[in-house]
Amino acid sequence: MSNNGKVNLLNSRLMKLVIVGHVDHGKSTLVGRLMSDTDSLPTGKLDFIKDICKRQGKEFEFAFLLDALEEEQEQGITIDTSQIFFNTQKRRYVIIDAPGHKEFLKNMVTGAANAESALLLIDAYEGIQEQSRRHGYILKLLGLTQVAVVVNKMDLVGYDPEVYYKIKSDYTKFLSSMGIEAKEFIPVSAKLGINIAKTSEEIPWYKGPSVLSMLDQFPEKQLPTHLPFRFPVQDVYKFDERRIISGRVESGKVKVGDQVVFSPSNKVGVVNSIEAWSVENQPVEARASESIGFTLEEQIFVERGDVAALKSELPIVSTTFDVNVFWMGKRHLEKGRTYTLKLTTQEVLCEIVAFKRVVDASTLKTLEGQNFLAKNDVAEVTLRTVTPVVFDLFGSIPTTGRFVLVDEYDVCGGGIITTYTPNKTDRLRDEVRHRDFHWLKSDIKLEERAYRNGHQSTLILIVGPSGVGKAKLAKHLERKLFELNYQSYLLDGRNVALGVSADIESGQKKQEGEVLRRFGEVAKLFLDAGHVVISTSNVFNQEDHTDLRLLVEPCQVVEIFVTDTEELTENCDIKLSIEEAEKESEAANTIYNYLKNKKILTGHNYSI
Amino acid sequence: MIPLDERDRVSLIPNFFALKYHGHNMDHLDELENQSIFIMREAYKNFKNLAMLWSIGKDSTVLVWLARKAFFGHCPIPLVHIDTTYKIPSMIKYRDEFAKKWGLKLVVGKNEKALAEGMNHEKGRLVCCEALKTMGLHAVMEQEGYTGLILGIRRDEEGTRAKERYFSPRDKNFEWNFKDQPPELWDQFKTSFTPDTHIRIHPILHWTELNVWEYIHREKIPIIDLYFSNSEGKRYRSLGCAPCTFPIDSKARNVVEVIEELKNTTSAERSGRAQDQENTYAMQKLRARGYM
Repeated sequence: MSNNGKVNLLNSRLMKLVIVGHVDHGKSTLVGRLMSDTDSLPTGKLDFIKDICKRQGKEFEFAFLLDALEEEQEQGITIDTSQIFFNTQKRRYVIIDAPGHKEFLKNMVTGAANAESALLLIDAYEGIQEQSRRHGYILKLLGLTQVAVVVNKMDLVGYDPEVYYKIKSDYTKFLSSMGIEAKEFIPVSAKLGINIAKTSEEIPWYKGPSVLSMLDQFPEKQLPTHLPFRFPVQDVYKFDERRIISGRVESGKVKVGDQVVFSPSNKVGVVNSIEAWSVENQPVEARASESIGFTLEEQIFVERGDVAALKSELPIVSTTFDVNVFWMGKRHLEKGRTYTLKLTTQEVLCEIVAFKRVVDASTLKTLEGQNFLAKNDVAEVTLRTVTPVVFDLFGSIPTTGRFVLVDEYDVCGGGIITTYTPNKTDRLRDEVRHRDFHWLKSDIKLEERAYRNGHQSTLILIVGPSGVGKAKLAKHLERKLFELNYQSYLLDGRNVALGVSADIESGQKKQEGEVLRRFGEVAKLFLDAGHVVISTSNVFNQEDHTDLRLLVEPCQVVEIFVTDTEELTENCDIKLSIEEAEKESEAANTIYNYLKNKKILTGHNYSI
Repeated sequence: MIPLDERDRVSLIPNFFALKYHGHNMDHLDELENQSIFIMREAYKNFKNLAMLWSIGKDSTVLVWLARKAFFGHCPIPLVHIDTTYKIPSMIKYRDEFAKKWGLKLVVGKNEKALAEGMNHEKGRLVCCEALKTMGLHAVMEQEGYTGLILGIRRDEEGTRAKERYFSPRDKNFEWNFKDQPPELWDQFKTSFTPDTHIRIHPILHWTELNVWEYIHREKIPIIDLYFSNSEGKRYRSLGCAPCTFPIDSKARNVVEVIEELKNTTSAERSGRAQDQENTYAMQKLRARGYM
């Protein structure tokens, strides 16, 4: 067995760099040169590659050091990102060489998404090309703004400063239009090793750093510990007596004793312990980018996708928001189709509501009137999800403000959330959140009331066009449940309007939301008292029903739709024809059986 | 330059949390560990039928350790060991000892048919690797119905592994389409796939050989002694089957000395693995067909 003795723990952290740019502008050559000039090649590697070149009858190129796939060497282009390691006096690096061919954008994105800083290569002879711009734009969308530009193949233009300054001025203009400022423009010849490891006499007019000394100047990525605490739940483990909520702190920090709120459910819990295995001391605090697990003082239902935060700095919860998206799919991104949005640990179906601006990423020109997004392009779009998502704006907390889009089985797009304008439901959701936090809870729990009453507190909505006998059915149902010793109460919307909403004139369009809110709040009180609340109000439309559900959460809502049309409603639990509804005794029985099956009516405990 | 005894003292400070929280950045081993744990948990959540390959080597043993970190002392994922019957005998002894000690669920796979027909490296190293390892793995996967397989490969091992993803799909014939891999960004992995594919998951893809040893040192992970210099001044740097794996000349007798040796070497980790040297694209071909 090993003798784990003492060791020098000098920092062997790797600085993660990506090299991007147009195809053939010399990325792989630059990386190969960096390896060679820093003595980072394994013994025999250079000879091994030279030997292959000889056997295949090709001239040696540094690029062959990286292009490991047979196809890459044959075609002379990098297909997938490769990674190489080298050291300078200052630190260790891993360089990600990303393909410059348009076809392999998804591989470039894969490489660049994990980097801390970027070198963008431009061929002095060819000048700024399609991918020079596209890659610049993608870096911006990935949030990678620590960028230096390397003007390569200066030997091919006779080290002409005019060429260099022209590229510098044009590309600076392009970058600044996106809000990026390049740290430096370095004129080099990767092939000849000029300005790579050290500055060279060939370019006396350039006073800036060589590529290597530029790299050494890039600061390491700082962890977002100063931002609000965000903890997307990854899983809940019960391997032993502990119930551990696991996940990664995406930003900020949390400590034992902190009260945390889980969105979107608004459940509140206090961190009891931060769990860890095989550590000297049990941690009392956790910070951004740590994969941790904690227990709560009291058990509450939490599941993957919920996001824990502190009460004073909650994330946004909504279904509609504006994003910048880049597309890598073979099929277009278009309206009328459903995609899966993956954001933190949440997975939700979504669709495109509007294409606000579609951009050709190689020219930055707007594609006027285009209502789809093609492969390799970018767009500003409005997204709508089926259920609410928890997020932040990318500008505030990057790690919880970015997402990918999945088309069938494949990740086809990535994006960042740029803006969000709360709609009516969002405002209501905020209000419910506020009410839930400050609600003075009775000592009698909902479960205790349910046990005594023989039923869960539930809102039964009987809806449909007027004149189909909803009121009669509702009265009959109230009576039936009452006679079976259940706490049923018919809450008529008109009664709420007469009293609670007496200050609102009927028919006032802009006050409709307020009428609904008050009705929902009254229902919430009855539900909190443990009743089965029946309502017939059909003054509310489908969207209002969604709002009602929101207001009475976590109580159940059962929707009974009386109609003769074929119309399908999403949330409808029971559908009755007008004829069925008119036989109110049978209809009430149908509803009664449904409630029993759903374990809403659980039956009394007759020992009371 | 810190004097040697001073450095030793620093590394002996027992509380890593105390050290870690002084700076704005994490210790690099913590950074690697946290990312790997995240990946391991994503795999566990997304795959009903998941297994982890345990070769007894340093990398997959670190994986087992990381699983116990991720799941708070438990390893809820079964471990698959592909026994070619040509493994160095002490590897089997080590395997059985720690499987018992750590309470691991061990599934041993063999390509009995090929072995009965007398498959060995003399029939060709690549042929043998494919028959005993790749096909042996096929058999276990099919038998157990695994849809996700966790492996301890790393990007710095060799060129084609550098191009891997954390979550990497294989088709029904186990083939890896390295020319058309899914994009992978912001730790959103490929977790949905057609029924006849499986996903390989690589939680320590971003680690280097040096990182692995530094972590073994920090965590005091018991590692098989084949990695340490024996009385003849030789040690294994990479473990495989006895006929195709050769020890290197080394004076490194323990973890600390291995780390020191690695910091000063320029020879490749897998230089003692004969199958890599067979021809130019040996590893690409093996891996495209389902090799680990």
